[in-house]
Amino acid sequence: MSIGIDDLNTNQLDVLKEIGNIGAGNAITALAKMLNKKVDMSVPKIKILNFKEIPEILGSSDTLIVGILLEVTGDLKGNILFVLDSSSAHSLVNILMGRLDADKAAELDEIEISALKEMGNILAGSYLSALSMLTNLNILPSVPDLCIDMAGAILSVPAIGFGKVGDSVLYIETEFTDGTEKVAGEFFLIPDVDSYETLLSALGVMG
Amino acid sequence: MENIIKVGMADLNVAVSPFILTTLGLGSCVGVCLYDSIAKVAGMAHIMLPYSMQGKPKINLAKYADTGIELLISEMAKKGAIKSRLVAKLAGGAQMFNFKQENDIIKIGQKNVLACKEILDDLNIRIIAEDTGGNFGRTIELFAEDGRLMIRTIGFGVKQI
Repeated sequence: MSIGIDDLNTNQLDVLKEIGNIGAGNAITALAKMLNKKVDMSVPKIKILNFKEIPEILGSSDTLIVGILLEVTGDLKGNILFVLDSSSAHSLVNILMGRLDADKAAELDEIEISALKEMGNILAGSYLSALSMLTNLNILPSVPDLCIDMAGAILSVPAIGFGKVGDSVLYIETEFTDGTEKVAGEFFLIPDVDSYETLLSALGVMG
Repeated sequence: MENIIKVGMADLNVAVSPFILTTLGLGSCVGVCLYDSIAKVAGMAHIMLPYSMQGKPKINLAKYADTGIELLISEMAKKGAIKSRLVAKLAGGAQMFNFKQENDIIKIGQKNVLACKEILDDLNIRIIAEDTGGNFGRTIELFAEDGRLMIRTIGFGVKQI
């Protein structure tokens, strides 16, 4: 029996939402520590959407966006995806590199892409370590891969992952700023079909 | 622009000339395009996964290649298309991310394309053109007036198949 987002009860959803909150909080704290500056984060919003609406969350389906994907292995298997629109991607690079005036419409160069991958690593890694601590599960992230393409194309990855077990996608909307640059991004934790049960059992909300 | 009918993710639609069917930002999903050139009826399905799971009572038929293609053909028949006259064009099925250890989600594009081909073959529908695979997204437009399929990408421009 496979469990999907649509099959979860409110109690289970609340737990997943709380995990999202803690995970995103942890990720932003890690970022602030690394940069040694204050990073303010708004309360993350947990959203559940039918996947028909998913390509539109960052504008139109053919808007250019940046996606950073990591594989998750260990006790929990799946993928974690962090997506940003291109303006936020530039802002994030600016925060990371401590610069101000980069052209937000320009294409990302090699160094900027590698900086973004590293960001994905840090954000996803600290999100997962929060999850790992809460669940006592051994969760290992892979090295990240980055893709710049149409929103619909990148978001088809989580949509398909969730689509195997239901018609909805769960994701976390975060917004943070260092005072000058504002970054808005979405986190998708995409467990493999069998990993929902593992996750919910470890959280003590299975059945 | 008012002639354009959108097809969403895990969705399908049928159009008659002079309407145009479009789906934006196809990634690992496959756009199955069917066309009856005599009736000038076009159909497009945005397929997410290869085969529907057995036993799930309430499923979205357009999500899967097997049930989606079947449903598309019956919807096209309602507008006057005849199955034996249908030809197919495929687009999409990309692999958006690259990993050494390729897991299920990563390889799904390839599996989707394969499933669509198998199903179309079983239904005796000829695939006359395809633009599948790669690691990039595609926006596609199917013209019901002549069955041409326009494919737009970000890095590789526009092409017609």
